[in-house]
Amino acid sequence: MALLQIAEPGMFAAPHQHRLAVGIDLGTTNSLVATVKNGIAVCLADEEGRALMPSVVHYCDDGDVELGFDALGARVADPKNTIVSVKRFMGRGFADVAHVEAMPYVFEATPGMLRLRTVQGSKSPVEISADILRALRQRAEASLGGDLSGAVITVPAYFDDAQRQATKDAGRLAGLPVLRLLNEPTAAAVAYGLDNAVEGVYAVYDLGGGTFDLSILKLMRGVFEVLATNGDAALGGDDFDHRLYCWVLDQARIAPPSAEDARRLQMKAREVKELLTVSEETQFRLRLDSGEVVDLAVSRAAFFEMTRPLVQKTLVPMRRALRDAGLVASDIKGVVMVGGATRMPHVQRAVAEFFGQEPLTNLDPDRVVALGAAMQANALVGNRKAGDDWLLLDVIPLSLGLETMGGLSEKVIPRNSTLPVARAQEFTTFKDGQTAMAFHVVQGERELVADCRSLARFELRGIPPMVAGAARIRVTFQVDADGLLSVSAREASTGVEASILVNPSYGLTDDEITAMLRAGVERAGDDFAVRALREQQVDGKRLLEATTLALAVDGGLLDAAERDVIDAAVTRLRELAADGGSDAPTLSAAIAALARATEEFAARRMNRSIHAALTGRGIEEL
Amino acid sequence: MSVTLTERAARHVAGFIGKRGKGFGIRLGVKTSGCSGMAYKLEFVDETLADDVVFDSHGVKVVIDRKSLVYLDGTELDYVREGLNEGFKFDNPNARNQCGCGESFNV
Repeated sequence: MALLQIAEPGMFAAPHQHRLAVGIDLGTTNSLVATVKNGIAVCLADEEGRALMPSVVHYCDDGDVELGFDALGARVADPKNTIVSVKRFMGRGFADVAHVEAMPYVFEATPGMLRLRTVQGSKSPVEISADILRALRQRAEASLGGDLSGAVITVPAYFDDAQRQATKDAGRLAGLPVLRLLNEPTAAAVAYGLDNAVEGVYAVYDLGGGTFDLSILKLMRGVFEVLATNGDAALGGDDFDHRLYCWVLDQARIAPPSAEDARRLQMKAREVKELLTVSEETQFRLRLDSGEVVDLAVSRAAFFEMTRPLVQKTLVPMRRALRDAGLVASDIKGVVMVGGATRMPHVQRAVAEFFGQEPLTNLDPDRVVALGAAMQANALVGNRKAGDDWLLLDVIPLSLGLETMGGLSEKVIPRNSTLPVARAQEFTTFKDGQTAMAFHVVQGERELVADCRSLARFELRGIPPMVAGAARIRVTFQVDADGLLSVSAREASTGVEASILVNPSYGLTDDEITAMLRAGVERAGDDFAVRALREQQVDGKRLLEATTLALAVDGGLLDAAERDVIDAAVTRLRELAADGGSDAPTLSAAIAALARATEEFAARRMNRSIHAALTGRGIEEL
Repeated sequence: MSVTLTERAARHVAGFIGKRGKGFGIRLGVKTSGCSGMAYKLEFVDETLADDVVFDSHGVKVVIDRKSLVYLDGTELDYVREGLNEGFKFDNPNARNQCGCGESFNV
């Protein structure tokens, strides 16, 4: 039977309505899955009580797939089929990856994302990551006793669209309902509750096993914006182990160790490093397979001294990130520590000195990213407290706009705007006396409505009759935190209003989004030409309409010769303005010609109407 | 009439309230829904209401509204671990049959 968790007051869900949500930290070295249980974010452990899962996948020749700790051993025994650090390949082509020659894998030169040849066939980084995510999903489902209704996966702040897309695809492939991706530094900040803190700029110092990242985040109205990121892709806790290992080799005066002994020395070095975080001095004691015995006293001071250059190295990206953001260290309101290596006291001290304040360290730095992701996932599936105003950090994937005359798309909210967002734009009437207006809401990057996706249509009625161009209709696009778009139109003088609610991403797969984005870029040139032509067609038709009307009313003001000139210009423009009749420059010239031909006529009409208005009135009436 | 927590459940509840940072106690209740007619409710309590009855069980305040108490009298709330999953379980002598999932029951 289902086991129950305690909910916030008034939030207990009806049976079978529990919305299980997880946050996943898909790391280069280790991955974690967390959830919010009894109101508290916790990491979910495996059967052995281990929360961290090494991000290692071993494709066995019997068709089995080993994951995490089970796959670690195979790194040495079967390196070709044991994939570590697959995150580095996500969304990358073969040419993008550094040091491929030093890697034990068999790469396939495929267009787009690279692939790896394993004993189980060709695997893309997406498929390999999906295997890791699947294991975490299964752990979560076993822990929570049900299917997941939502997952948030974290990615480095510097991940580009392709890497993010690849991560999202891996989540889908693993059967995870991916709600969204969240930047790792943002997740860490969320875990510390900084989203409820004072607005300002925060720094996230992330020293992981093999990488260092420094992010500068700006918190404004509950939204985190990444101002700058910097880092060192080849600097992490492993380097600290290595320094200690080198020091031991130097001090112990032992023969060059075998590969097996070297590995054991490295592992011992890590253990000693971790011990020195809590004690002032410890023994490095290990009996090697070679029969030699290493027995050295290591003091914390000595360890700090030998690794000081590594700590100093992290200061360089910190300065660069601050410079990129145009800030100085004292502008930073708070500093969050992420990654196991930030447990080392001298790292914390260096960061404290640099920023002139104590960094936040009270959450487990290995878990803080997963915990923040879990809190975000929990809020997104609707398990939020009443009145809890939750930050959402998504952006809209495609521009949203309106159809204007000529079948053109007028973008109101550009793509990549952070949610929630609201933008307003004014539109006007096209014809004299127009009392209604039809709105067609579209999504996409292309200039023509026909090439964009139609989202919704609605009408605004009750516009008071005015001359074309005089009505002011304010159209407001609003996309709320859940991606729901509402569009409203309001006529300024009367206040008549109409609105509609649509969900822009509904029914659009990511493939479609990608295809639409690609088309938008590839066809930008064509679109521009088409747009120019359509605009001229609209202008031409408007001028024709006005001229025809004027001729019907005031044709008598013209003599036969004048009338012929105007009629000729009208005929020419009418032919050209018809669809497929011409290109933009020719059409533009014909419009100018008609405008010129009717200049005198327009002047006479103006005189006459003034005359008519004044006739029979005394001067004092004016 | 009474409702109790096992010692283990009380320990966990106290721990959760401590981590949450606030809370008067825990609210047990039933509401009419679910596949067997009634469903359990388990929430933190920040303030008690006029209709509430409060019990003390191993130092934890257990809050129940009078209507729910009719269906929960004699119930013991336990905290159990089943494989990787752990959580609270209602042992309710009034429940005649439960739906398979155990989230709802009838009397």
